[in-house]
Amino acid sequence: MSTQEHPSPRDWDSHSPYVYPPYRSTVLRGPTKPLVPLKAALSDLAAPVYGQDDLGELDHDLTRNARRNGEPLGERIIVTGRVTDERGRPVRDTLVEIWQANAAGRYIHKVDRHDAPIDPNFLGAGRCLTDAQGRYRFVSIKPGAYPWGNHPNAWRPNHIHFSLFGQHLAARLVTQMYFPGDPLLALDPIFQGTPAAARERLVSRFSIDVTQPDVALGYEFDIVLRGPDETPMER
Amino acid sequence: MSAIPPPGQERLGQTLGQTPSQTVGPYFAYGLTPEQYGYPFRSLFGPRLAQPDAPGEHIRLHGQVLDGAGNPVDDALVELFQVDAQGARVANGQQVSTTGFTGFTGFGRCGTGTDAHKRFEFLTVKPGAVRPGAAPYVDLIVMMRGMLVHAFTRVWFDDEAAANERDPVLQSVPAERRATVLARREQTPAGTAYRFDIRMQGPQETVFFDL
Repeated sequence: MSTQEHPSPRDWDSHSPYVYPPYRSTVLRGPTKPLVPLKAALSDLAAPVYGQDDLGELDHDLTRNARRNGEPLGERIIVTGRVTDERGRPVRDTLVEIWQANAAGRYIHKVDRHDAPIDPNFLGAGRCLTDAQGRYRFVSIKPGAYPWGNHPNAWRPNHIHFSLFGQHLAARLVTQMYFPGDPLLALDPIFQGTPAAARERLVSRFSIDVTQPDVALGYEFDIVLRGPDETPMER
Repeated sequence: MSAIPPPGQERLGQTLGQTPSQTVGPYFAYGLTPEQYGYPFRSLFGPRLAQPDAPGEHIRLHGQVLDGAGNPVDDALVELFQVDAQGARVANGQQVSTTGFTGFTGFGRCGTGTDAHKRFEFLTVKPGAVRPGAAPYVDLIVMMRGMLVHAFTRVWFDDEAAANERDPVLQSVPAERRATVLARREQTPAGTAYRFDIRMQGPQETVFFDL
């Protein structure tokens, strides 16, 4: 991004408010005062870039990057999609990091006390860089749903956490990808915190084209980041 | 469902909706800060931005993330983004490989779940001025369970009063709230430190910027 280009503004119609009481822990953790606009010196904030050398060979394959004595259990999935800006231009060479629960709905994280089995051959973390078309691709295990303490009988829908950088610090995005048809989505205050018109952007779509015969089901999840806010000149 | 047109099939002037933000949740550590928390996965970023031989004044930047009840949060993730001691942006997030050895990387991460006092602590150098006479600063992103959207703030240094007076961004902050974005210099047996607490709510709520 050149020094003349500023990122497009955050579209608050696409994002949750900081405080969304149905998701209880927002009440004491979300900022309550108005944000101060930061327009000056934005050109100083081009995000750092990463090289393929920084990543391990199996970092993108969660079914292989933590094996100890066999394959992880569960339904194998391929998760792929394109990362673009709001005008559909690919965001190339950007780092995509994911983390998730195992097939039983258990996180390897030490704080997770859910009484479901840990899979010794599954860590649940991965990362890759987008290619020249902005495409990323992971191989993983479909994560299970799990209970949490937000309200009585609360369960999180199946989801995969995503972290992306984009070309500018303003494009930084941490989000979650969901699966189509999950009945828990309608009951999940984290998903429901997103304005209704934008929610479906968080739901991946099943793709028989991405599905690999005899190996894994395919899901596509495209991600749109904030990009340069200039009038497009090409074509 | 999002459906980005394939390359070459974009329509002129078409605008795609931004993918909504969701919470980082309580279990980010093995994905985003694995080495700090002892998980068997290599960290791309950690709390150390400056190696001991990096040029500049070595500092620790540390603090707590406090919720609206004043309690320190033990599952927050703080990301630090800054220029080096000469005021230059490190182009490569993994430091040395393309630009020659500087011993410095411009981006770090620290979770608040491994310190007895629930602090984050970065080992870095005091950033230089990006332009002659400009006030030095670092940028912080904070995210945690209970935040559906991360928050962005900028931190200035309390021993740079003259330069801070001229900083247009800091001066755009209401005067009565400026103290919330100043890191306080401390001399400790371990060297120079700056303390910066992030208050999510309350009368002293940290100024967060709409970046």
